[in-house]
This record gives sequence, structure tokens and C-alpha cells, in this order.
Amino acid sequence: MVKKILAKGYVYLVLLFLYAPIAVLVIYSFTPAATMQWQGFSLELYQDLFNPAKSADILDALKNTLIIAGISSIISTLIGIFAAIGIYNMKNRSKEAMMTVSKIPMMNAEIVTGVSLMLLFLLFGIPFGMVTVIIAHIVFCTPYVILSIMPKLQQMDNNLYEAALDLGCTPMKALFKAVLPQIMSGIVSGFFLAFTLSIDDFVVTIFNIQGINTLSTFIYADAAKNGLTPSLRALSTMILVSVLLLLVIVNIFSHREKKSKNKAVAKTKGVKI
Amino acid sequence: MKKITIKRKYLAFPYAIFMLLFVLLPLALIVFYAFTNADGSISLENFINFFTDGVTFNSFLDSIWIAFITTVICFVIGFPVAYILANKKYNRNKTLFLLFLLPMWINFLLRTIATRAMFEAFGSWLDIEITFGKATTIFGMVYNFLPFMIIPIYSTLSSLDKSYTEAALDLGATPTKVITRVILPLAIPGIISGITMVFMPTLSTFVISDLLGNNLVQLLGNIINLEFTQNSWNYGSALSIILLLLMGLTMFIEKKYNNKTQTAGGRIW
Repeated sequence: MVKKILAKGYVYLVLLFLYAPIAVLVIYSFTPAATMQWQGFSLELYQDLFNPAKSADILDALKNTLIIAGISSIISTLIGIFAAIGIYNMKNRSKEAMMTVSKIPMMNAEIVTGVSLMLLFLLFGIPFGMVTVIIAHIVFCTPYVILSIMPKLQQMDNNLYEAALDLGCTPMKALFKAVLPQIMSGIVSGFFLAFTLSIDDFVVTIFNIQGINTLSTFIYADAAKNGLTPSLRALSTMILVSVLLLLVIVNIFSHREKKSKNKAVAKTKGVKI
Repeated sequence: MKKITIKRKYLAFPYAIFMLLFVLLPLALIVFYAFTNADGSISLENFINFFTDGVTFNSFLDSIWIAFITTVICFVIGFPVAYILANKKYNRNKTLFLLFLLPMWINFLLRTIATRAMFEAFGSWLDIEITFGKATTIFGMVYNFLPFMIIPIYSTLSSLDKSYTEAALDLGATPTKVITRVILPLAIPGIISGITMVFMPTLSTFVISDLLGNNLVQLLGNIINLEFTQNSWNYGSALSIILLLLMGLTMFIEKKYNNKTQTAGGRIW
């Protein structure tokens, strides 16, 4: 019993270590002090954050972050869907080669991915800006999309596609009507994964951006310059809360999906019996 | 029938072109710049500089040393956590494990800034001056990468067959012996992938040392960053290659030890 309490106590202690810095940041978002000193509760930092006159840079960075994440995750999902179906239908050798190449951006040090793309854009004379950041994000997001669609393809019932062809669908139509619905959950989770990876990225972004800021590059420049602008504490807190909300929503979503899948399985079993 | 499979295969064509252009070509550029000097002629100058120029080589050793210490600390803190979480005797609650995953969803830049904010807040509570340097950098690294140690060890331990430990106990092993002789050896695949998942990112990061080290800590990542911002691409590329070789070596060792059991590596979600 004592051992159990000690063991649990240890785990909670480590959890405290993991959450303490975040807690400090959240708590201090409710005080207006410029440095980390408590000066009474106030929502001033949050008001500042939403005051376009005071936080134009931050709001601009937020807008850029969302635009970049939106565009790059949509494009990487589209490329990823076709790539996954294509790779799935390849012969062993080329399949393996494609998967190996896909793993490079996942395994590579982020800083090397960043600088190597920077060299490429410089070579081609492409001016740095939103476009270069979006391309860079597509590079490291697409492999993750493929990786989340692949298992669904492997579980897929191939007969449905052939049945669709036999019943007179064109290959394209069969793809949309028979294959896509079966891999939809993989596509959705791949899309969300790409979106979060893009929002989260700093290292690859910083080497391929110029003239504009994303949230990460803004926060980094700000922290490196003069400590943190106080209203960024409020922004961090809000990001934390939205990440938590998103996680809860995704969890509920996947839970429901599991449930309905179980139901479907039960139904087909019932039919067979 | 055959015609259709050939057609579907070509759906990956745009992706193949894209990867060729934006993954393989950039890496080729890195190799090209690494083996040429500023005039564009082929030379090993950059690599020779790396070994002879004391500053860079020292920061290379420093990076390995700090990554090593971080990995050891993460293991010492993380293994007991994974063991306790995976052991039904102590814990039957799955949400406790999820609580360890949650911080990974927070941007690591934000987490690092939060660590800095915490140090500053502590400084003002206790009225002491906290000097940012090596110690705070290592703290930040452990803080950031600890979950990467816990997750793979946890998943190996929780899929472990309980009858091994029971058999060892029946045959008269003491509980400590069960841990050192039975559980640790069986957990090796998880431990190895935990070690690589902590060691590799600590090797290449420059953000944590930047924000928590106050320029006192110059790691390999910091130098690469510096070289490229100062437009010294050749030297920066050579350092990138050295970093890649180091990571390749780590991965090679991991694969060698880990080819039997596949544990949950990479991203969990």
C-alpha cells in the first residue's frame, strides 16, 4: 500500500514538472505586468490582444498561420490521397522506393529540411514569402497524410472497386464511389495531422520566410528580442485552450466513429447469421 | 483488368515529381555545397575546417554531451514512470498516461517560452537571479523530450507478458532482480527507441538553447543556423551533413537493436 502511494506520488510529481511551466504562463496571463510579477488579477492582456491598434502584428501573424496551415494541409491531403492510392497499387520495388523517399522528411533533422529547401528556393530565385512557406509545409506534411491513409487502403475491401467497374463505373467514378468512402477516416485524420503539424512548425518555417510572420516566428523573434511581449501570454493561453478543445472534439469524433463501426460490424454479422 | 492497375499506379506520379524536386534535389544541394568552397570548386575545406577550427568542434562535442546528459536524465526520470503506469498493480487508469501525451500537443516553442517564464517567475518569488545557461538548457530539453522517452517504454512494458515476471518470482528471484534480470532486458526495444527519440531531436535543436541558454550554449544546431543566416552556405551544409551522419548512426544502432520488436515509435496520434 505504501509502495503504491509512493509510486503514484512519483508519477504525479513528474506530471507536476510537465505542467508547471504551462500553469505559470496561464496564471500570469491574468496580470498586466510586463515582467513575471503578479500585479493583481486583470483581463487587460486579453483586451490588448484583441485590440487591433495594439496587437496588429500578432493578429496578422495569426491570420498568416491559419492561411498557411489551411492551404498547405488541403494541398498535402489532395496530393497524399492520390499518392497513397498510387503507391498502394505499385509493385514491391517501386513501392519500397516511394515509401523510403516519403520517410526522408519525417526522419530528417528539421533544421536540415529547412536549410535545404532554402538553398533550393535561392537557386531557383523564388522570392521568400508565403508561397515558399506553404511549399515547405507541404513537403513535410504530405508523408504523414500518406502514412495515415495507407493502413485504410490495406484494410479496404478491393472487391468493391472491381464490382463497381463490373457494374459499369469508369475507373475514376469507381475511385470516388467505392474507394474514397472506405479510406475517408484516414483522409480526415491525415488532414488534421497536416493542419496541426503546419500550425506547430517553427524550424522549417524560419528558414523559408521573409517579410511576413507566422505565430511561431513572431513569438520567437519577440522572445529573442526583449523577453516576451505580455499579451503573448494571453495568446499562449488561448492557444492552449483551443488545442485542448480540438483534442476533446477529435476524441469524441473518433470515439463515435469506433462506435458506429462496431454497430456496422454487428449488423453485417447479424445479416450473415 | 491489368490496364486499370497500371492506371491507378500513376496517381502517385505528381507526388513522385514533387518529392524529387523538393526533397531529393534540396538534399543534393546540401551535399554539393558541403563539398565545394566559396568559389564553387570541389574541396574538403569545410570538413577540414570543422575538425581544425576549435569553436565548431567544441560545440559539436558539447551537443553530443548535452544530448547524452538529457537522454540519461530522461531515462532515469522516465523509466520508473513508464513502469508504474504500465503496471496494473499500481495503475489501472489510462487517462494518467494520456496526461503525459497532452503536453506534446502544445507548440514546443510555447513550452520553451513557458519554461523561461517559469524561471523568471521563480526568480521574482524567491528574489534570486536565475542565470540562463547550460543547466537551464538541459532543464528545457528534459522538459520538452521526456514524453518521448516515456511513451515507447510504456507501450513495450504494457504489452509485456506477465507470466515472465511471475515465473521469475516463483523461481525465487527478488523483486529487484525481477526488474534488472527480466523486465529491463524485455523492455530493451522500447528503451532503445525512447533513447533515439530523445537523443536525435536534442542533437539538432537550436531553439531551446537559444531561448534558455542566453547565447552561452552553442550547439551544432545553433552553429548551422548561424552559418546559414550569415550566408556561409558551404560550411553550414557541411555541418548539416555531419549532423545527418550522426543521426544516421543513431538510427542504425536503433535498427540493429530493434529489428525484432516493433514498438510505437514516431507519433502516437
